[in-house]
Amino acid sequence: MISNDTDLMAHLLRRAGFGANRNELEEYLAMGYDGAVETLLNPSDPRNMPDDLIRRYHVDQSELRDLPGSAAYWMYRMISTACPMEEKTALFWHGLFATGYAKLNQARSLLNQVEMFRRSGLGSFEDLLVELSKDPAMIVWLDNNENHGSAINENYGRELLELFSMGIGNYTEDDIKECARAFTGWTLGNAEYMAIRAAKDSIWPYGRIAWHFDYRDEDHDDGEKTFLGETGRFNGEDIIAIIVKQEATARFVASRLFQFFAADEITEAGEKIIEEMMATYFSSGYQIRDMLRTLFHSEYFQSEEARFARVKSPVEMVVGAVRMAGNYQNPYLGIEGVSNTMFYMGQGLLRPPTVEGWHEGAEWIDSGALVERVNFVAKELSDVSSPGVRSIIDRLEAGGDQGVLQPSDLADGCLDLLGPIQVSDETRSVLVEYASRLGDLDLNGHQPGDQAEQRVGAMLRLVAATREYQLA
Amino acid sequence: MTTTKREKSLIVIQLTGGNDYLNTVVPYEEGKYYDSRPAINIPQDKVIPVDGRYGFNPSMGPIKALWDEGKVAVINGIGYENPNRSHFRSMDIWHTAEPDAIGKEGWLGRAIRDLDPQSENVLTGINFGRGLPRALACPGVSVASVGDLDTYGLFPDVQDEELRRFTLEAFSRMYGGAAGRDPVMEFLGQTGQDALQGADILRTAPAMYSSTVEYAPDALSQNIKSISQVFHAGLGARVLYTQHGPQFDTHSGQLATHAKLWGELSGAVSCLMDDLKEHGTEDDASILVFSEFGRRIQDNGSGSDHGSAGVAFMIGGAVNGGMYGEYPSLAEAEQVEGDLRSNNDFRSVYTGILEDWLELDAVPIVNGQFEKFDIFTS
Repeated sequence: MISNDTDLMAHLLRRAGFGANRNELEEYLAMGYDGAVETLLNPSDPRNMPDDLIRRYHVDQSELRDLPGSAAYWMYRMISTACPMEEKTALFWHGLFATGYAKLNQARSLLNQVEMFRRSGLGSFEDLLVELSKDPAMIVWLDNNENHGSAINENYGRELLELFSMGIGNYTEDDIKECARAFTGWTLGNAEYMAIRAAKDSIWPYGRIAWHFDYRDEDHDDGEKTFLGETGRFNGEDIIAIIVKQEATARFVASRLFQFFAADEITEAGEKIIEEMMATYFSSGYQIRDMLRTLFHSEYFQSEEARFARVKSPVEMVVGAVRMAGNYQNPYLGIEGVSNTMFYMGQGLLRPPTVEGWHEGAEWIDSGALVERVNFVAKELSDVSSPGVRSIIDRLEAGGDQGVLQPSDLADGCLDLLGPIQVSDETRSVLVEYASRLGDLDLNGHQPGDQAEQRVGAMLRLVAATREYQLA
Repeated sequence: MTTTKREKSLIVIQLTGGNDYLNTVVPYEEGKYYDSRPAINIPQDKVIPVDGRYGFNPSMGPIKALWDEGKVAVINGIGYENPNRSHFRSMDIWHTAEPDAIGKEGWLGRAIRDLDPQSENVLTGINFGRGLPRALACPGVSVASVGDLDTYGLFPDVQDEELRRFTLEAFSRMYGGAAGRDPVMEFLGQTGQDALQGADILRTAPAMYSSTVEYAPDALSQNIKSISQVFHAGLGARVLYTQHGPQFDTHSGQLATHAKLWGELSGAVSCLMDDLKEHGTEDDASILVFSEFGRRIQDNGSGSDHGSAGVAFMIGGAVNGGMYGEYPSLAEAEQVEGDLRSNNDFRSVYTGILEDWLELDAVPIVNGQFEKFDIFTS
């Protein structure tokens, strides 16, 4: 049955993207599941909103100096990209290697880091860690510019092991020190001056300057080091080569990918997939793309158990609804108000609260955040002037009995076209009853914004407000 | 629902953007002040003198009136060591009471947890504005964030009253139904009902309040009015938070902007104090006013850049009015990179508020022991 394929494809696109409207779903369905997985995992031309167009409307998104404009700039990319997996992957690494504006006062370097995630985020984990260790925003964020051959600063060395690769319990305090020693000399060009500028939040005299990596051989501790039982005159790359060989690293990466792309909770069935992903990690030479391919092709991922097994993050909530509604495909002067909404819901792009990133899953939800979440998507998806909603109305009309829909057709049609979303019998009966209030819906000859269309808008509002819509 | 003895509440007004200390409490006797600020000084004859050496910004007339009644504590030279001049980082430091490491919990979030350890009241802490300031964020602590008290709740954009009522009813049934086995669905249902309940209770607040005080139409005054409505509705709100700004970031055109902001703030605070007096609750609420940092001593031609030491205010009927702490010296040798050097750790003010006003143990909230001023009348 084709609808089962549609359900599965919608599931894939909620995970490897930000959900999909029916037109997009049909394009992916035409590729078949395997073809769709490959297309998503091998991003080509994103055809996103071009910079020259953005800059014509947003001066602040030209210099990319300040936080609000830069967060909106990334959101434009998420909204308009034809390669959603590229942005989803960048978002994954942004949450895991969480670097924030607060300490940097430097949005351009942060966006450069995001671009690095796009470029390298699906490749080898070893290469990614090397790039991360050379990333200027990360260097400042975790003080590696203060990590000197003569006096180490452990901050980056510690987090590299604890939060970015193996996880606590898999190394000793001595390993941390040795790791830090290996990364001495990994700093910024003109590091001292740049650090002062960042601390002073100074834009004078040249505006914000994007930093670049600099290796200072004279500041590097070239002595012998013993790290995780291996001894040598290790530099940073050598340390990373040892880290990526560890089983703990494979487990860490596989688990984090699983929780972001498959399910918040790791069940027994999920644990098996994590082990398969770990096997792929080693057999492929630490390739993230291959690990995700293993995941997406697993029986578990395609099963009912994995569907709607994640609470949508604020970014997924906002970008998903905006893409579904087809809004902001051109620059809009109030765009920062839209990206700020994610922050009000608890996830501001480029400003993770700490190096730990965001706490995900059910922790996204509290009463204030839930009100913001429901209100945003309900408003976005009930506006019958939005192109995506207009397209839903046309499809409903075509699917009705000569343009006439019974209340249950209206409720089911909206659930289908916004997802398909699976809801409990109780939720469905409330939706159908709500639709029944005004009897059958006749969409024949509907005109933009007329009462018939408003009824669809009201139905979409309620579907977007369901508990089930909170899940991905 | 109302208790006979009202518990003490804290009202916080955050000045976002970095309030200029030097032009708020002006050292008008010091030549160095005028030398450093050719473009943005407050002339001696415009300053409102308070103690012969320092005076308020001319737009702070109503605050001066409260000062004369002994209700205004001025806390000088407030900040922390190794000042950070990033808005975000410095505000984080104030919010989490953690100047060195990156803090995880807000100091007021912790206070709310201690005030209501069983989470019996969803309205113990309320923010007026959108999004939750980190000061109020703490895992497991539910804090309502009210953008607009009149339309607070779900589906505020639905104009048709009947449609909105039907939609809310449907929402309530969808979130009230048994969720079956799934704990996440259960949790979502509970949270949805909490949100509805909070909104329902808050919606009653304006009707339970009457006052002859007329608040100005600016955003801060309206938020302060909402605070007064909720405070006086007896809903058990103990921490009420709002912010003013972010235009305090006066890199340019400072004089006009700063005067406007302080005019609004002074008016709003003065209205609130009148309102409290009218309701006989003057001794039940205290107002903290703070900003993430002060501004550079030397002006930049039309404004001032990010600095360090600042000023905080504690205002209320139960406050011992007066000057607290020393005004930092403007002398070059005393400066820290062109800024006023702080001589009062902000956590000592927090400690005073937590111990002497909210009657909590401050040490675990501010992560340490800090000497405090005697700001509150006992």
